[in-house]
Amino acid sequence: MKVAVIVFPGSNCDRDMHHVLTDVFHLKSQLVWHTDELPKNIDAIVLPGGFSYGDRLRAGVIAAHSPIIKDVKKMAEKGMPILGVCNGFQILVESGLLPGALLKNTSLNFMCKWTEIIVKNNKTPFTNKLKLDQRIPIAIANGEGRYYADDKTLALLKKNNQIVFTYAEEVNGASLGIAGISNKAGNVVGMMPHPERSAEQIINPNNSKPASLIFESLLNTLGVTA
Amino acid sequence: MPSFKVNVIIENKPEIVDPEGDTILNDLILKDKKTSIKKVRSAKMLRFVIDAKNKESAEKTVLTICNQFRIFNPLVSKVSVETLGA
Repeated sequence: MKVAVIVFPGSNCDRDMHHVLTDVFHLKSQLVWHTDELPKNIDAIVLPGGFSYGDRLRAGVIAAHSPIIKDVKKMAEKGMPILGVCNGFQILVESGLLPGALLKNTSLNFMCKWTEIIVKNNKTPFTNKLKLDQRIPIAIANGEGRYYADDKTLALLKKNNQIVFTYAEEVNGASLGIAGISNKAGNVVGMMPHPERSAEQIINPNNSKPASLIFESLLNTLGVTA
Repeated sequence: MPSFKVNVIIENKPEIVDPEGDTILNDLILKDKKTSIKKVRSAKMLRFVIDAKNKESAEKTVLTICNQFRIFNPLVSKVSVETLGA
């Protein structure tokens, strides 16, 4: 089982994600440059955090036109588990794989702190080892992290159970407090918080176990014994 | 073929909260009691310099590019163009 971690110019959480996948959860992980073709033997894809293209124009929009995104879209249609974290979430939204928009935080500040999110859908490939309403202590670090969707889109997200995580506290003015969503099929998940910075006890001042279950969910999905 | 400067103004829709515009209004303008100012909305402006046969053709090409490359997110933003002439 192999996970591709896509690297864009300006990604800076790619190595952290690669480390957690390979060293902590013992999944084979491969860094893939955004202009390369997606390798054939891939079972899951992660779009990591960072500042692709320096957030020029709008966070994620230029990376969404990268050549590899065509392959990512094809795999999304086939049902492959795809996770976008922070800038990866922004890229998934800008590429049209997930609905909505990520706007500047209402504080206009770059936020870097620990918070808690609540699991609202535990049926996705990245949440199936978590309990519904389970709280996850997790790091957030973003400037354009305020999830926004219009009322019609929000109603559809609720109807289709696409709201995956909400914040336990008000952090950035996101619609319905949304921290992460999925596509309608549930295989593509985007989240602003950073599970790769939260899944090891040595770097999480709170409880790292819930965040580690995001990765254990992926192991479970791929049929790997955790 | 003449060259045109086409300004593309990307502005969030009225229902989108605009903390930057609100801060400029509340913490700068209204603090100086310029109460005739009722609203400030922030926006992004891009200037395209384009060779085209006329103004209409220049604006059409620029708007097509804006849509093709998702220069603005249609869910939250609207776009308008103004041409500064040849």
